[in-house]
Amino acid sequence: MTVTLESSCELHPQVAIRPEPFGALAYHYGNRRLVFLRHPDIVRVVKTMGDHPSLRDTFVAEGVAESRWPSFIEALSSLTTSEIIRVLS
Amino acid sequence: MSSHSLGQQMKQGLDAPICLTWELTYACNLACVHCLSSSGQRDDRELSTEQAKAVLDELAALQVFYINIGGGEPMIRRDFFEIVEHSIANNIGVKFSTNGAFIDKKNAERLTAMDYLDIQISLDGTDAITNDAVRGEGSYDTAIRAMDNLKAAGFGQFKISVVVTRHNVDQLDAFKALADSYGAQLRITRLRPAGRGADTWDELHPTNAQQRQIYNWLLAHGENVLTGDSFFHLNAFGESLPGLNLCGAGRVVCLIDPIGNVYACPFVIHDTFKAGNVLEDGGFTHVWRESDLFTELREPQSAGACASCGAFDACQGGCMAAKFFTGLPLDGPDPECVTGHGEVLLPSVPVSLVPRPSMDHSKPARTLIKSKVST
Repeated sequence: MTVTLESSCELHPQVAIRPEPFGALAYHYGNRRLVFLRHPDIVRVVKTMGDHPSLRDTFVAEGVAESRWPSFIEALSSLTTSEIIRVLS
Repeated sequence: MSSHSLGQQMKQGLDAPICLTWELTYACNLACVHCLSSSGQRDDRELSTEQAKAVLDELAALQVFYINIGGGEPMIRRDFFEIVEHSIANNIGVKFSTNGAFIDKKNAERLTAMDYLDIQISLDGTDAITNDAVRGEGSYDTAIRAMDNLKAAGFGQFKISVVVTRHNVDQLDAFKALADSYGAQLRITRLRPAGRGADTWDELHPTNAQQRQIYNWLLAHGENVLTGDSFFHLNAFGESLPGLNLCGAGRVVCLIDPIGNVYACPFVIHDTFKAGNVLEDGGFTHVWRESDLFTELREPQSAGACASCGAFDACQGGCMAAKFFTGLPLDGPDPECVTGHGEVLLPSVPVSLVPRPSMDHSKPARTLIKSKVST
């Protein structure tokens, strides 16, 4: 599923995140998928996205430079496929 | 989104393992000829229930997401369910390997009621003759009965775990069909010359032509079949198989044996690859993060004799354990190197230089007469 700047998303409740030197590991206890979050910024976004009405607001709040938004949208879209995050609206 | 490849980062190690195998006991009702841990008899020093729970508490603090429990036959332990339940209650999912002997109707129902639990039934042939030649007389029927009980209890998708050998490689399609018929998932792994497997590897390991067969089969079916990333040495044939494509020993993987020793991976139960013991000061965390062995394994490794080979990036020199237990240098080709570089070296390795497993818990021969099989 493709997310947009306007998407409202949250970390899946069955997912745990473990910090690692390169970013973090995310593990989904339901589908047993293990995913590498390969930058500390994407880890912060994933952790706090549920507190913001849209991804745009999350990026702004976390200080993600606008030039990086497209790559973040791409990375977050792939995280919906593995159900690490889910789209609320 | 990172300047280093994921593989590079994995090689430098993680704060805690991704894939931790814990052999709960050396006791086993079977005596498989390729047993990685030479299991059979319980060791008096095996961790107590309380010690095992303390290790789990430590793993929970490290946020280890899941553990792979094995043995021996883990269900032989009287506290098996207590340990598994303690693990799951602490958010550590459990996947356990079993020969199925203790999965009767009642236990199948008990296992079905648990969340975050995966079961791997070991099976090395789609017929009793092929399977029992490796795993012992009656073991095929035992596994099928366990699978029937799990299906009847509504467990859902359990796994059928196959060690690929010279004798079952032609059954890969049949294994897949068998798994499908149970709504199960197939898992195939590489035969290692570890434990009793050191003695039977010569006769059991796939021929080079069969390795190509495994590779082609995985390319065609890989997406729905688990491999534990164990066939990355086959990537030298061409296109890479799915997976991390690296030896994770001491970097993302390790083994805790029944007495609490921590080894670099499940295939190297040998003093050379023992990093410490969970009962020592600092526990597992100290061993994982600070032990000399694991620190060394996370340093850049030399490609050695493989440096000039064009396939090295693809195969990474193969499996450390396979090299070690066939007496080959660790910075050289895998004994099953698909270009044949390892195979040609094997005859020149003096028998006296081939390491023997450090521990052997095999049952005395007299108790094995009933399941004695000629190979």
